[in-house]
Amino acid sequence: MTDTQKTSLAERLAARFGDTLKISVVRNETTAELAAADLLAVATALRDEPGFRFGELVDLCGVDYLGYGQNEWDTSDVSWTGFSRGVEGEAVGRFDWADRPRDVNRPRRFASVMHLLSIEHNQRLRLRVFCEDDSLPLVPSVCGIWPGVNWFERESFDLYGIIYDGHPDLRRILTDYGFVGHPFRKDFPLIGNVEVRYDPEQQRVVYEPVTSVVPRVLVPRVIRDDADLMQAKAEAADDWRRN
Amino acid sequence: MAQEIRNYTMNFGPQHPAAHGVLRLVLEMDGETIVRADPHIGLLHRGTEKLAESKPFNQSIGYMDRLDYVSMMCNEHAYVRAIENLLGIAAPERAQYIRTMFDEITRILNHLMWVGSNALDLGAMAVFLYAFREREELMDVYEAVSGARMHATYYRPGGVYRDLPDHMSQYRESPWHKGKDLKRLNSWREGSMLDYLDAFTDDFPKKVDEYEELLTGNRIWKQRTVGIGVISPEQAQAWGMTGAMLRGSGVAWDLRKKQPYAKYAEMDFDIPVGVNGDCYDRYLVRVEEMRQANRIIKQCVKWLKANPGPVMVENYKVAPPKRAEMKESMEALIHHFKLFTEGYGVPAGETYAAVEAPKGEFGCYLVSDGANKPFRVHLRAPGFAHLSSIDAIVRGHLLADVVAMIGTYDLVFGEVDR
Repeated sequence: MTDTQKTSLAERLAARFGDTLKISVVRNETTAELAAADLLAVATALRDEPGFRFGELVDLCGVDYLGYGQNEWDTSDVSWTGFSRGVEGEAVGRFDWADRPRDVNRPRRFASVMHLLSIEHNQRLRLRVFCEDDSLPLVPSVCGIWPGVNWFERESFDLYGIIYDGHPDLRRILTDYGFVGHPFRKDFPLIGNVEVRYDPEQQRVVYEPVTSVVPRVLVPRVIRDDADLMQAKAEAADDWRRN
Repeated sequence: MAQEIRNYTMNFGPQHPAAHGVLRLVLEMDGETIVRADPHIGLLHRGTEKLAESKPFNQSIGYMDRLDYVSMMCNEHAYVRAIENLLGIAAPERAQYIRTMFDEITRILNHLMWVGSNALDLGAMAVFLYAFREREELMDVYEAVSGARMHATYYRPGGVYRDLPDHMSQYRESPWHKGKDLKRLNSWREGSMLDYLDAFTDDFPKKVDEYEELLTGNRIWKQRTVGIGVISPEQAQAWGMTGAMLRGSGVAWDLRKKQPYAKYAEMDFDIPVGVNGDCYDRYLVRVEEMRQANRIIKQCVKWLKANPGPVMVENYKVAPPKRAEMKESMEALIHHFKLFTEGYGVPAGETYAAVEAPKGEFGCYLVSDGANKPFRVHLRAPGFAHLSSIDAIVRGHLLADVVAMIGTYDLVFGEVDR
């Protein structure tokens, strides 16, 4: 084995890039967070240097961290209004534009997440780049380093509105021709903004505001501290039949 | 009289029998030569990832089947593994073997579909008919285990939905199936599902020989595929290719060997690798993969016959309790109610779980913030990365080679568009 195998990937990354990367290792998955300005230099080094050789960019996707860690269900006054009525605004599934999710805790919303694969060293690495500006999310394109990322960046642009600076052909890819908005953003309603139907009088397909679907939340989004898996064992021990 | 011919643009699809679904390809041509190919995708975009964000974890398993709708259970496997990673649970051993077996059944299903439709695209009708004969036999297995021929929703975080059935459904007597014919049709179906699979795996290599008889040495087939769409190993890596596309170019990379999951580490099988990286090599790789998948199924069947056991974790926060237990235990009833009304919370964190799907690396990037619904699911579809390279590969080829190339990518638009 080469000496690259003796030290862990995280150690080698820290030794090579120092403070440029914020590295964390969870469940044997290495994640490196870095600033958009450093991305191109780091990516080139990761691809070319013999200690890394991340020759393949397997995946790139956008993430919108708006509303991360927020409940959708207000439990404090739900008992007298009932289960389904407990769903407040600020939700993915149903909201007026006025009470779309808002997050004051997280300074930056959008991130571009890449998954690299080194076939030579049989290793994976996750890179995360946050966009500095929420209103104009901008990240440098790595298309010149891994040409295969072209469509992944187009997809992320299409769905999240993240602009990949230097991309040769940044068009929409998955949504309809002439689509307005970025549908995977957390403040884009699940039912969409427009629907289409054939208008027999005008003899063409027309776009109209959504009326045929009513937004609703069947199962509210809840975060429970007591939903711990370990608790299942304790509860099983408590079972009255066995006591 | 000499006439000057200029470049023109041709629209290929979205409704074209060789477009494998809803691919719209805008081709700029010089005579019959491709100058530029611009695929327009997204006609089957259903927003699976966004839909998954609005539902408890378990309710999205069924969506995974509908991504790559010819390799259903492999998609489920990636999603289920991602959840298991975050939960920190592992499926019981028997469930792992069942998953391994069904992943390989799925691989055969996928490759049969591929070899049939690709041959059909290139003008060989018969293979399609033969391939669908065996597909039907395997889809009966899907049906026996899950009740659905295709969209099974069989894998669950923590195991599989239920244990393998101990009998196979049989053909009933009808004016078309009777007497000796009926007996022959039911001869595999006397015993359990594993007996049926055992009989299938004994029989299947002969069937693969039949397809090879029709194609491998076929002069027309070779003229259409040899030397067409050559991809170098460097190119394949740069374009993010995985699976048979990468192995066809001579890179021996297979997640089942390199980063084993489920029970692949205990299986004895080989990884076929191509030499030239053309359409013909990728065909040979996939045909050999069918034979290897058959080997793996046989090993799984042998183990599963000998080792009964649980197929789901005994953790009622994730897995529903037994029906009988619910009648007696209040706790079990509460767990059941909570599980089916609210689901389970998954600890905050992120993970990427990949499986070697028949088409390549199918990955699931999952971000959870501790809620009962995923915060973000991204599904890495192999076909999406493969198709993005078509412009680079197909330039300078003839129009008819585009069809061969689309075929060799093994595209399914359920996963490309998601």
